[in-house]
Amino acid sequence: MRVGLVCPYAWDVPGGVQQHVGDLAEALIGMGHEVSVLAPVGDAQGGRLPEYLVPAGKPVPVPYNGSVARLSFGPRIASRVRRWIAEGGFDVLHIHEPSSPSVSLLACWAADGPLVATFHTSNPRSRAMAVSSPALRSAMEKINGRIAVSEAARRTLVEHLGGDAVLIPNGVAVRRFARAEPLPGWPGEGGSIGFLGRLDEPRKGLGVLLEAFTLMAPARPSLRLLVAGPGDPSTAMAVVPEHLRERVVLLGRLDDADKVRAYHSADVFCAPNLGGESFGIVLTEAMAAGASIVASDIPAFSAVLDGGAAGELFTVGDPVHMAERAGALLDAPERRAELSVAARRAVHAYDWDTVAADVAHVYQTVLMWDGAGHGRPEGVRLDTGPRATALLHRGTP
Amino acid sequence: MVGTLLALALFGFYLSWRVTRLHRLHHRVDTARAGLEAALLRRRTAALDLAAAGTGAFDELSEAAEAAHEAGEGQRDLAESTLSRALRTSLESHGATERWELLRPQLAEVEAAAKGVHMARTFYNGAVSDTHRARRSRLVRAFRLAGTAPLPDFFEIDDQPPRIPVLPVGPDIP
Repeated sequence: MRVGLVCPYAWDVPGGVQQHVGDLAEALIGMGHEVSVLAPVGDAQGGRLPEYLVPAGKPVPVPYNGSVARLSFGPRIASRVRRWIAEGGFDVLHIHEPSSPSVSLLACWAADGPLVATFHTSNPRSRAMAVSSPALRSAMEKINGRIAVSEAARRTLVEHLGGDAVLIPNGVAVRRFARAEPLPGWPGEGGSIGFLGRLDEPRKGLGVLLEAFTLMAPARPSLRLLVAGPGDPSTAMAVVPEHLRERVVLLGRLDDADKVRAYHSADVFCAPNLGGESFGIVLTEAMAAGASIVASDIPAFSAVLDGGAAGELFTVGDPVHMAERAGALLDAPERRAELSVAARRAVHAYDWDTVAADVAHVYQTVLMWDGAGHGRPEGVRLDTGPRATALLHRGTP
Repeated sequence: MVGTLLALALFGFYLSWRVTRLHRLHHRVDTARAGLEAALLRRRTAALDLAAAGTGAFDELSEAAEAAHEAGEGQRDLAESTLSRALRTSLESHGATERWELLRPQLAEVEAAAKGVHMARTFYNGAVSDTHRARRSRLVRAFRLAGTAPLPDFFEIDDQPPRIPVLPVGPDIP
């Protein structure tokens, strides 16, 4: 099957949607499909772009959805999108965040034929404005099959677009995380707890972890914290007494390879998020690495951890309960080994191979074609605009 | 005079754009309906195959699948819902036994087919919902832009796929 994927955000800037599209493309290619990805590219990084990527043009920073997104829009980009569609010969076009004012929306307008769209955002306000406009409505109503990556994203879409979507979660490339050497000097003898995430975003919960650490540290003289992620740590670190600070090791932002190693570097991995997570990609990555996990009991985490069978849960925002759970795990290596095996087993449902098979199933449902054999449908064409004769035979497609 | 003509021409262009959109929606409903029928047929066939291979273990499945096959226009939603429930009770209630090992391909097909019904129905109802919204518009009604095309109906059934227990021999865990 020939699949065209459209990613609205700049490929050279790290982000959840870009990661999702890249992983999906690789998984689909692994299944034997031909894939082309269209995305804005600001800096070609000296040709380090993957082979399947087609640059749509330079992105411009635009305030969107409460942060600054790097998008491409305008007549020149539109003609590139049209050329990509015309020359691609795609069986199906899969557009991510179709209402974002970038190549995604342009592709919706330009294409006619089997369209699948994935909705990532779960921000209830962003879409309200978008859908009221008839120009956007005309793009949205072309989409044959809709996918939402989380229950929250699905709810946002139902509220603002009507209709429904199939739920297919984000995947994690389990193989990429399965094995790695710990970072030098870790996990060490006296026990260690790991954390990955933005340091200055309160809902990531670093504050809860640091409070719990302050409670545990006196009784465990060589316990260390491994904290990796971008952002300014000073606000969160204020709760840690001066003499304990040297045991909190701040690694800053890690590159991809070191991130994988970080998951293998601590005895216990902690996900203390306070909420607002629709899925918890960090958690599934840690599970893929076989970490023994302590996580807050928010619904998304509890679901991913199988209600506590694949990792310990503690009351969200409660450092005392967290210290208790993490302490018990640090003292019980057998329990940690058990949890590690359970986590690796549970994460299989979120492996990209499983997830991409579901996405391919969506393509097959929309196309009524299994991707091989007879009955290959017409595929994606360019939208030729309104036909003057359409008025003469109304209601007879 | 020229202005009036120009306005009329623009309005005509706008109307034909709206009609083209309605055309596309009706076409989307038709293909989604065909996809839904194909998915339902695949699921009935998969249930019958499993029942045939399971020699007696899944009799209620073959009954439900036959009933869904023969159901008339008005009863189809009920019969397909009954099949969904039959799939869940017979595949979720008793744990996987050793005999299931031999039925692995049939079970996988039932699982995929049930997922496919859920997808196809979601997409069909999405197309119906968009069509209803478009045809509610005052302009579409005033100029009878939908012509004689019938207003499609939603297809409401219980299509929750069964959660088939993981078979004892799973994929290799490193």
